[in-house]
Amino acid sequence: MSNYLSTGSEWTFGLLKKYETAIAEIAGEYHLKTYPNQIEVITAEQMMDAYSTVGMPLGYHHWSYGKQFLNVEKRYKRGEMGLAYEIVINSDPCIAYLMEENTVMMQALVIAHASYGHNSFFRNNYLFRTWTSADSIIDYLVFARNYIRQCEERYGEEEVEIILDSCHALMNYGVDRYKRPPRLSADEELVRIADREEYLRLQHNEIWRTLPPKPVPDEEDFEELFPSEPQENFLYFIEKNAPLLEGWQREIVRIVRKIAQYFYPQRQTQVMNEGWACFWHYTLVNDLYNRGQVDDGFMVEFLKSHTNVLFQPDFDHPYYSGINPYSLGYAIMTDIRRICENPTDEDKQWFPKLANTNWLKQMDFAMRNFKDESFIAQYLSPKVIRELKLFSVLDDDQDNHLVISAIHDDAGYQHVRHALSEQYNLGTHEPNLQIYNVNRRGDRSLTLRHMQHNRRPLGSNIEEIIKHLVRLWGFTVRIDSVYDNGNVELTHECRRDF
Amino acid sequence: MSHIIDRRLNGKNKSAVNRQRFIRRFRSQIKKAVSEAISGRSITDIENGEKVNIPAKDISEPVINHGPGGRREAVHPGNKEFTRGDRIPRPLGGAGKGNKASNTGEGVDDFVFELSREEFLDFFFDDLELPNLVKTKLAQQVEHKWVRAGYTSDGIPSNINVIRSMRSAISRRIALRSPYHARLREAEEKLELLLLTQGETDPLVLELREEITFLKRKINCIPFIDEIDLRYNNRIKQPKPTTQAVMFCIMDVSGSMGQSQKDMAKRFFTLLYLFLTRTYEKTKLVFIRHHTIAKEVDEEDFFYSRETGGTVVSSALELMHKIINQSYPTSDWNIYAAQASDGDNWSDDSPLCRDILANSILPCLQYYAYIEITQDDHQSLWREYLKVKEMYENFAMQRITGPGDIYPVFRELFKKQMA
Repeated sequence: MSNYLSTGSEWTFGLLKKYETAIAEIAGEYHLKTYPNQIEVITAEQMMDAYSTVGMPLGYHHWSYGKQFLNVEKRYKRGEMGLAYEIVINSDPCIAYLMEENTVMMQALVIAHASYGHNSFFRNNYLFRTWTSADSIIDYLVFARNYIRQCEERYGEEEVEIILDSCHALMNYGVDRYKRPPRLSADEELVRIADREEYLRLQHNEIWRTLPPKPVPDEEDFEELFPSEPQENFLYFIEKNAPLLEGWQREIVRIVRKIAQYFYPQRQTQVMNEGWACFWHYTLVNDLYNRGQVDDGFMVEFLKSHTNVLFQPDFDHPYYSGINPYSLGYAIMTDIRRICENPTDEDKQWFPKLANTNWLKQMDFAMRNFKDESFIAQYLSPKVIRELKLFSVLDDDQDNHLVISAIHDDAGYQHVRHALSEQYNLGTHEPNLQIYNVNRRGDRSLTLRHMQHNRRPLGSNIEEIIKHLVRLWGFTVRIDSVYDNGNVELTHECRRDF
Repeated sequence: MSHIIDRRLNGKNKSAVNRQRFIRRFRSQIKKAVSEAISGRSITDIENGEKVNIPAKDISEPVINHGPGGRREAVHPGNKEFTRGDRIPRPLGGAGKGNKASNTGEGVDDFVFELSREEFLDFFFDDLELPNLVKTKLAQQVEHKWVRAGYTSDGIPSNINVIRSMRSAISRRIALRSPYHARLREAEEKLELLLLTQGETDPLVLELREEITFLKRKINCIPFIDEIDLRYNNRIKQPKPTTQAVMFCIMDVSGSMGQSQKDMAKRFFTLLYLFLTRTYEKTKLVFIRHHTIAKEVDEEDFFYSRETGGTVVSSALELMHKIINQSYPTSDWNIYAAQASDGDNWSDDSPLCRDILANSILPCLQYYAYIEITQDDHQSLWREYLKVKEMYENFAMQRITGPGDIYPVFRELFKKQMA
């Protein structure tokens, strides 16, 4: 008497429910904490729609999504790409889209991967907890869509499009990397002032009065910078300070900024998020098999899909396009479990705190408290480096040769790990560009500073970007480059009437 | 807690608006791509959509990134023979450079996508116009459409407008109650005053109490909703203006016209037909083929039956004139004609053609387009037609030598006249 949930490849809604329940039961035993699941079955066309709005279930209208859609449609029709089997949205309840064309195995895999893997990641990872509010995102998207539509009706599609174009260009520079301190209430303000006075009183020392007075800086040639500290969130700065924007334009800037912020954690946790989800779909489906709930055919098909997803072409392979985040993430995640359960001497030396501990707790900790950069720096083990045969290449434009700086050997583990971690550091990935000063008394021009790192210059489309900035700011925008040796030079300038 | 929802029946064209916006925004690039796609080749399947190429750089969305140069380090998988300290000559170009250059390389490709048939034709006929669009007469068969026209007080139950009905019910209730309300308020005030001095048994008090009960009953008797309150959505028929056009296709089918020439003529007629259907809601076609005698035929015969013999063009023109007089009064129809021929005509006939055209046909026509499909020298017909062209503005003639000419010639004929 078999207790297979199903045989054959066709799925029905009844079967989906059965698989979902079975997977939920196993996930419960592993203490996976998730948002409630909302699993939606859609067609391929709907999947293409979902694709083109970068996974937002309801986006406002913009031509760039149309472009995305045409691109996806063309490539899908030509057979150049398959559609993703699922899209999952960081919301509460967590919405996962399943494609109608999938087999029952695929649906089970996707449920395990998205509705339990990604879902628990969204719910527990610190970045998502800090920066996104899953329960209100759908409402916010509805608001954004309606607001932008009203603006289009009132001010014309073109006007709105112009603003959106400019905001989209600056979207990656529209996120807060650190929480702003909350506004103090009047009472708290009073307490703070009192505290400071008290502190100054305690610090009072007669000896300071004997010092000669400092020369007072001349009001004429000293102008205080505005903003007083450099700002990295361009869209926030524009929303609050751009002199000429109308109220509705500021609101649109805000909408784009909020959406950028919502996606910010996803950009920083690709490897972890996919690794975590892959680890769990593999573990959950294997448990189904071990309990005799799925048959051998199911497992063969499952393993084939699983390995396809994790395929990592070598650097000289024609399909190579960088490191596959699924593959890297999965390798590290499974390795954490291995180190906890069966540590080798090497592991004991590298990860003394992991070896022979409860793997579930350790993985849960890793999932909650890291982002890609720190996760790799913390958990990439020599074994994984060896398995993936990772090596690091130094490309210096002052040297006409590339130099292999480290490979997967004892001397190189640390270096490779550090280099790979840096590769996922958004801070080094994106140019360090900050709003430095506004000429408040003169032409209101805005000056940005690009802190060059390792002599890497800005890309050529900065010329386009600066035009967008001028459009939003309304006055001349300049970019100063600060070189590694500390010299400052004006590198780009765009006047208002470009 | 999990829910499984079937969304397959939800609309699938969520991206339609975004797609339109994209096309609107890149209108000029797409137009250029469309005419490039067309000009080089013949138009056999103009009915289908068209693939369009736009240079990717025209539509790219800029993001802030690093340019090439500087010092950078990248980690790659799959090391085979490298050891630490190896020096490798820098590969040329982006591919395999050892960083992300290889996967951004594909961004250089053109952006290719397909236009639907409607969109394609829009671009295809963009900035072309039908000349002499003055006479756009209403069609004889008037079509109707239903439009909303306020509300009526009678109708069928399914058309009841609840809001309007309830509104008139409220107003009726307020109106009918108000006199009773006024009297009631008066009586109650009096009663209050009276009770200060008199007891309950006072006849005046009793009388007032009775009146109050009476008035209250009266007020309660007013029905909540009455038949006269009901309002119905009203819809009326409105005649829908439609314009109509007839297009005469005249073709020489004498022995000198080969299949390839007929093919080209057909494509030209197809283009013209498509163009007319976009302007007029109703477009009729009349096919006239001729050799020495002319005949009105159906489309199949027009393009595919074989005939031989000499050529007398005037026969076709006479037949056309007759048909116009019989069935297509100029007051009701916009008449267009396109004639395709290889230029061969019995030379004595050509002046006659000019006469018929100039005197009887062209005055009734919106536009007459003559195309000559030949690589040989012009003959008498062309020369006679040149004279007609000088007399009439709504007459145009062009020569087609190969399939590649069809679209440019068509554009030339219908190009927007600068005001």
